[in-house]
Amino acid sequence: MTTHRSGSEASRGQPARVSVRKVRRTDLERIVAIDTKVTGIAKDDYWHAIFHRYGRGNRPERHFLVAEFAGQVVGFVIGEVRDWEFGEPPCGWVFAIDVQPEHRLHGVASVLLRALCDAMRRSGVRKLRTILARDDMLILSFFRSQGMRTGPFVPLEMDLDD
Amino acid sequence: MRLQKNTSLALYSVIEFAAKPDRHVPAAEIAEKYGVSPHHLAKVLSELARSGIVESVRGVGGGYRFAGNARRLTLLDVIQLFEDFAAPASERREPGDLTPVGAALGSVLGEIDEHAKAILGSVTIATMLGMVERAAGSDPEMAAKRLQVGGQ
Repeated sequence: MTTHRSGSEASRGQPARVSVRKVRRTDLERIVAIDTKVTGIAKDDYWHAIFHRYGRGNRPERHFLVAEFAGQVVGFVIGEVRDWEFGEPPCGWVFAIDVQPEHRLHGVASVLLRALCDAMRRSGVRKLRTILARDDMLILSFFRSQGMRTGPFVPLEMDLDD
Repeated sequence: MRLQKNTSLALYSVIEFAAKPDRHVPAAEIAEKYGVSPHHLAKVLSELARSGIVESVRGVGGGYRFAGNARRLTLLDVIQLFEDFAAPASERREPGDLTPVGAALGSVLGEIDEHAKAILGSVTIATMLGMVERAAGSDPEMAAKRLQVGGQ
């Protein structure tokens, strides 16, 4: 487990309060609750499948981390190293990050992303990517504030209606 | 993409003011740094003041001060004060737009607009201040012209 000061606290020299560790099965209820509150859709089966894929065992290319504040899980981040995805050399992808709304604006997501970046570096990659809905300004702004920029991909889609 | 001169000037000004939130910055200082006439700049600052992004301070030591929330105000917020940027297609109708070719071309240009809006709308002034500092840190020539963040 690693312990971090959130950004605003670190700058004021206050004691560490947010800790980051690997997810445990007992965290799932809190994670489902956070996701349900944020998205408005309860997805228990989905989160159990995600835990099965990313949270179990010791697979250095998969990372499912949670942030704890005052003994309670208040956020999570999930990422994975993928080889030759879209023809690109191995790189890290972050595909989920969320913080309980009451605990936002205290640097929790920044602490989570830093921990994920550290884990990705230990996995041997030097690039972190993600993909987002372009109207999701909250998360877009967050990743921008962390230094992310438009990557080399263009997302495309088409309707499959007859 | 290119921004109109007034728009660029507004962004330069907002970022300069936001870098020194506790200080009144004389308009002349901005005009000199970016090579524009004080008269031209005054019109831009007047629009920024009307929108509440900056506030003017009169008298000795007067100038302008950042009055917005740097973590919430985005580049798009400032740009839209000066340009009809990415206005809905229905507001930019030209005769050719109603032809099949015009509709197809409009669809492609709309894709570009949507991406540009997403990028400009997700970059806050606080994020820009961080980028400016990093740019200054990686280039000695730029460092000499760096923003004095925090009034240093």
